[in-house]
Amino acid sequence: MDNSVSPQSSLVSVKNLSFSRGNKKIFDDISLEFERGKITAIMGPSGTGKTTLLKLIGGQLFPEKGIINVDGNNVHRLRRSELYNLRKRMGMLFQSGALLTDMNVFDNVAFPLREHTHLPESMIRTLVLMKLQAVGLRGARKLMPNELSGGMARRIALARAIALDPMMIMYDEPFTGQDPISKGALVHLIKSLNTILGLTSIVVSHDVHETAAIADYIYVISEGKIVGQGSPKEIQQSKSDWVQQFMTGAADGPAHFHYPAKDYIDDLLSTGKRY
Amino acid sequence: MIEFLQHLGENTRTSFTKLGRGTFFLLQTLSGILSVLTRPRLLLKQMYSVGVLSFLIITISGLFVGMVLGLQGYYILSDFGAEETLGVMVAASLVRELGPVVAALLFAGRAGSALTAEIGLMKATEQLSGMEMMAVDPIKRIITPRFLAGFLSMPLLAALFSAVGIIGGQMVGSGLLGVDEGAYWAQMQTKLDFQDDIINGVIKSIVFGFVASWIALFEGYDAIPTSEGVSRATTRTVVNSAFSILGLDFILTALMFGDN
Repeated sequence: MDNSVSPQSSLVSVKNLSFSRGNKKIFDDISLEFERGKITAIMGPSGTGKTTLLKLIGGQLFPEKGIINVDGNNVHRLRRSELYNLRKRMGMLFQSGALLTDMNVFDNVAFPLREHTHLPESMIRTLVLMKLQAVGLRGARKLMPNELSGGMARRIALARAIALDPMMIMYDEPFTGQDPISKGALVHLIKSLNTILGLTSIVVSHDVHETAAIADYIYVISEGKIVGQGSPKEIQQSKSDWVQQFMTGAADGPAHFHYPAKDYIDDLLSTGKRY
Repeated sequence: MIEFLQHLGENTRTSFTKLGRGTFFLLQTLSGILSVLTRPRLLLKQMYSVGVLSFLIITISGLFVGMVLGLQGYYILSDFGAEETLGVMVAASLVRELGPVVAALLFAGRAGSALTAEIGLMKATEQLSGMEMMAVDPIKRIITPRFLAGFLSMPLLAALFSAVGIIGGQMVGSGLLGVDEGAYWAQMQTKLDFQDDIINGVIKSIVFGFVASWIALFEGYDAIPTSEGVSRATTRTVVNSAFSILGLDFILTALMFGDN
């Protein structure tokens, strides 16, 4: 498979990664490169382990095999304090936002600053307001997380993720469950933050149009393997059945509509069983 | 038969694995104590929600338990003409047993279940995971302050329970049933020993506070992150805490008062 991204220019590189959950193989010897300053998307059907990949990169899970390097550090060889230092430079946007529910919006964004810096409150205030302004929610600083819509919660979480000015941000399904306006706002934010702050972004998503609109490079993963990779244009023109099924949203194809089961007729005729 | 043995083996293995995880969790929690002590505000906030918010249930329950003790004690003691010693009976029962035990059971029901649900939901909503990714150790930031708060609040709540109970006993004994008020207090002062009764009661409540907080926090942290998982974990907190408190009470009582 042609790997057009050179490893030297990549901030994150995943080499020969294998990972299983129980008997299910989530990743089977895959390699990916995430270039500095670019938006790289990982796409694929639900349940292909896209979130797991982000947790592996963040050092929250351990691979069975393979190496993950972030900015020259082998994530799984680092000592705990070194890993925590690296994580200060990695932002992550969780699907749910993962805001702390006992704090208001302002305190949520201020949380990493208060935990990791000794800045005076006046400076923290300025920084928090700047981050909130960047996501357009400076006016919502006094609201509690339960008073926010899903889209707002994600934008607040994004403000929190950039609070410490990280070198990269990992987005876990940023568009899922969002209305078109929120989706548009998030697409715009991811793109503009990446450019303005000079970030490296990894976007995990199954929203084809939104992701293709902003990504510089796309990997399509299915059943533990990379089934396609390239620029959005190359992906759209791909001849791979897997990629075509995913991009066009066909119900059946290489990824079957039916979950594996025994023969339908046999199943209906086997009486006396509860399930 | 083989299936039964397999089932038994599997259950034993699961229990021991859980005990191992629980012990590891406790060690991690204890290792965060120093960093919490340097940030007393975190601790005070938790002492408010674990301790101060349990104030009402402890006070009201203590009052009623003391009143019942006064009533029952009077009926028995008056048969022997010994109603003057009602104060001793009420105070000894409360300080040695009922104070630490009932306060700990109430603590497990009110504060323990709340802690489990809170931590379990934080896990389910990825707040703990999110904290890890922000390079903040959730054990030090979330668990240890709550553990310390529970551990420190429990002896205070037990003391409050006993104190209010003694007043309740006096209200019923002297106020309603006519036991001499001076005798109620004087007998109590003469007969109750600081070392044997009060200190032992405090030791019990410290142990119960330690165990109840550990169980509540571990069950939350170990919960399966779904609504059903959190609900089961909350139930387990109350049940396991009750068993542990009552079992430990027997052991501690045997050790403390065995040679009397």
